[in-house]
Amino acid sequence: MSVLVIAEHDNKTLNEATRAAVTAAKKFGGDIHILVAGQDARAVADAAAKLDNVSKVMLAESEPLGHKMAEALESLVLSVAGSYDAILAPASTVGKNFMPRVAAKLDVMIISDITAVESADTFVRPIYAGNAMMTVKSSDKVKVITVRPTTFEKAGDGGSANVETISAPDAVATSSFVSEELSKSDRPELGAAKIVISGGRGMGNGENFSMLEKIADKLGAAVGASRAAVDAGFVPNDYQVGQTGKVVAPELYIAVGISGAIQHLAGMKDSKVIVAINKDEEAPIFSVADYGLVADLFKAVPELEEELGKAGY
Amino acid sequence: MKILVPVKRVVDYNVKVRVKPDQTGVDLANVKMSMNPFCEIAVEEAIRMKEKGLAEEIVVISIGPAGAQETIRTALAMGADRGIHVTTDAAVEPLAVAKILEKVVGEEKPDIVLLGKQAIDDDTNATGQMLAALLGWPQGTFASKVEKADGSLKVTREVDGGLQTVAIALPAIVTTDLRLNEPRYASLPNIMKAKRKPIDAKTPEDYGVDLSPRLEVLKVAEPPKRQGGVKVESVSELVSKLKNEAGVL
Ligand SMILES: Cc1cc2nc3c(=O)[nH]c(=O)nc-3n(C[C@H](O)[C@H](O)[C@H](O)COP(=O)(O)OP(=O)(O)OC[C@H]3O[C@@H](n4cnc5c(N)ncnc54)[C@H](O)[C@@H]3O)c2cc1C
Repeated sequence: MSVLVIAEHDNKTLNEATRAAVTAAKKFGGDIHILVAGQDARAVADAAAKLDNVSKVMLAESEPLGHKMAEALESLVLSVAGSYDAILAPASTVGKNFMPRVAAKLDVMIISDITAVESADTFVRPIYAGNAMMTVKSSDKVKVITVRPTTFEKAGDGGSANVETISAPDAVATSSFVSEELSKSDRPELGAAKIVISGGRGMGNGENFSMLEKIADKLGAAVGASRAAVDAGFVPNDYQVGQTGKVVAPELYIAVGISGAIQHLAGMKDSKVIVAINKDEEAPIFSVADYGLVADLFKAVPELEEELGKAGY
Repeated sequence: MKILVPVKRVVDYNVKVRVKPDQTGVDLANVKMSMNPFCEIAVEEAIRMKEKGLAEEIVVISIGPAGAQETIRTALAMGADRGIHVTTDAAVEPLAVAKILEKVVGEEKPDIVLLGKQAIDDDTNATGQMLAALLGWPQGTFASKVEKADGSLKVTREVDGGLQTVAIALPAIVTTDLRLNEPRYASLPNIMKAKRKPIDAKTPEDYGVDLSPRLEVLKVAEPPKRQGGVKVESVSELVSKLKNEAGVL
């Protein structure tokens, strides 16, 4: 048995989601290899080589791989797929983009966004926005899987694998990278933050999000949002938490001016502690909140900032 | 240019589904069904391309039970030109859907296949990408903006870090994200008109695709239930509880 994990990274640092995928891979038993596909991504490969239980790291570099182009990733992964029983990648927008291509080419059904590995062929995955959990047994020869990072422990360091350079496939003529517009923030990444404070339509406008940012900066938290807040242009798309956005499971999730639609709950209901601030005491968010505060957010949020200050933050 | 838009009939997004007591699936009896919201966005985008004079014909296809015909009719009422209904009562996995679509693409020869990024029932997020791989086509997934250039598309994609723009040569696959557009409602006259638009009736056998599932569903269970907690009276009580009771501050 050997398992290939495709690393998630930004060409500079290894993303924590990779550690979750390695933990999922460990459950298969057998060798774990990591593939780092990027550009000038040596540091990522070196970090991957230190992961516990990893016995080999492959590094492939090219411009299209650096931009995570799906077509390039597909051919690269297919070029090494032959020797593996399972291929895993984090269920990020990168993994979701190229892994189904790999699966189709191998003539296997992708198993998306798994939350548990029951055995080497049986997995659990959420369906219907997490309102049901489906256990599936795959009859395919190779398992091609994306892993929901929030439900697996992060594998630690302790390994010292070799890094082997492999050649990148030729660039495909039909697709090319044009540009990117990445949100810049000194706050922790939404998916990995210990505390997340999210705002919804109730925030009223984008400027008001600065109230949440102040609290986030006190707590070292990330800022998220509901779809309504993103659609209204208050904040960029990468803030969206939910069924079709990001899934988060921090120690503490604070929902401000968010009603709690099932699509939003799908992205945060596995948080350890949930706080809801909403002026409507009937809002569905209160049915999942450990602590609910029925209040006008424009009064409660500044007060929260002040109270946190008093508490030493 | 011709655009093929595959659409799926799913449980309406407002419905909170219930798991069946015998854990064989979710209860679909008397549940409101609708077009998958991401598919609606795909239909809308195709119509806008046609309205801009970029496309001449929009063909909608659905693979599913008899009821899927309604979903095709909805797309026709929005403005698509004709439909193809591949009737089956089987639960068809994205891989098999992609294989049928591959055959349909061979017959219809569209320049773009425009699909939703994910169906809100199985949440797989794979059909477009699988079809792209089978056809050897480039893809622009999770699109929030699609611009046509000479022989290619510029697609702005919603990614975890923000936005990425790629150029893909036609023929190509595009999958839609939420911010691409706001789908229109079909007007009554258009609903009437749609009744006369043609829908080709097909079966999976017509395409010779093996639909046997690769994933056997062993069980469908309720997720762990979250207990609602307490209401606090003030912000100071909240902070004190978070600190002393929950231990998260
Ligand atoms: C296909 C599809 C996918 C979707 N995916 C997602 C997703 O990934 N993530 C997501 O979040 N949603 C998603 N949605 C949308 C979801 O259904 C809801 O529409 C959305 O979550 C609502 O956002 P909201 O709670 O901010 O807005 P609303 O539902 O409008 O709620 C606003 C809340 O703010 C409160 N409020 C207003 N003013 C104040 C104030 N001054 N003080 C305190 N409280 C106040 C109100 O009481 C209300 O409860 C999706 C929908 C579809 C159809």
